[in-house]
Amino acid sequence: MEQYFLILLGTVFVNNIIMSKVLGLCPFFGVSKKLETALSMGLATTFVLTLGSGTSYLINHYLLLPSGLTYLRTLSFIVVIAAIVQFTEMFVEKTSPVLYQVLGIYLPLITTNCAVLGIPLLNVQANHDFVQSLAFGFGGAVGFTMVLVLFSGLRERLEGADIPKPFRGTSIAMITAGLMSLAFMGFSGLVHIH
Amino acid sequence: MLAALLVMAGIALLVGGVLGYSAVRFRVEGDPLADKIDAVLPQTQCGQCGYPGCKPYAQAIADGSAEINQCPPGGEDGIRKLAELLGKEFKPLNAEHGEPKPKSVAIIDEATCIGCTLCIQACPVDAIVGASKQMHTVLAAECTGCELCIVPCPVDCIAMQPLTENVANWKWRYPPLPLKAMA
Repeated sequence: MEQYFLILLGTVFVNNIIMSKVLGLCPFFGVSKKLETALSMGLATTFVLTLGSGTSYLINHYLLLPSGLTYLRTLSFIVVIAAIVQFTEMFVEKTSPVLYQVLGIYLPLITTNCAVLGIPLLNVQANHDFVQSLAFGFGGAVGFTMVLVLFSGLRERLEGADIPKPFRGTSIAMITAGLMSLAFMGFSGLVHIH
Repeated sequence: MLAALLVMAGIALLVGGVLGYSAVRFRVEGDPLADKIDAVLPQTQCGQCGYPGCKPYAQAIADGSAEINQCPPGGEDGIRKLAELLGKEFKPLNAEHGEPKPKSVAIIDEATCIGCTLCIQACPVDAIVGASKQMHTVLAAECTGCELCIVPCPVDCIAMQPLTENVANWKWRYPPLPLKAMA
């Protein structure tokens, strides 16, 4: 139990996927202008990432490793993740039209999110078992959501701030992201996973 | 090599099967025509067509219970697009429903505003912020220019201001070919 807690803590804070792994920067800048959209994107990503890391583990462990085809890893992971996103979209549209409206365009966008491919690949690198993979995926996604929500909150505040003209818009967002990343460096060494 | 091909083909088949099955299993009945019409309408939600918003008007057009020439904000361009989409004849805008105007946003004269909140209740897109006995203001980015807030204002402090073109709202012009000549 403790190790799963450590994995969660580690992925959310210490090895945060955006802040220290620098993955998934496109949604980080693209959909962080409003708190609402940031939260929706985070939710959608959490769902897909958790499911994706589990399925990728199964594909890798039961299909690619026994047949010695590990070089197909990236290719097969992309196919599987794209399919999961499609499936999720159909499922959500049928079961919860409200959630579908909220997630909207963000659901298909996840297909091209590098964090979603990165986490399954990191899982393979770290030799995680099935439950560890799920925890790692879920933790990574929670970290992603948290950072996205924090960052969009900051950006909403920045809208009303008196920023010197050359720094307005994306420039101040970049600077903010850099400072956030520095702050997250404070977590480094908090958890050490063997 | 063959194994690799087989594995990828297997994954693709499996995934395709699952997606195909779920496409049938989780099919959502919608009205694709009404959605297409709704996409053409300007989404001002102004109600000048006689329907509560753009979506209900789109549904009415799809049912055949409304004409295509009832949308003043869409203007002639909008009617042409609707005519093309539905394969109907172009009709000039029905004057009963109003005149087309340049795209504009509402501006509240903040010195005159008494904070009655009547305009907030009238706004279909929640583009007016303010509270009782506090000055109100319009969020220009959200305002669709529907003019529904002008009538309820007891002190006539709301005016429409045409939108000037700037970097944020500039769009490519449609090709300057006269559509009539092409048809």
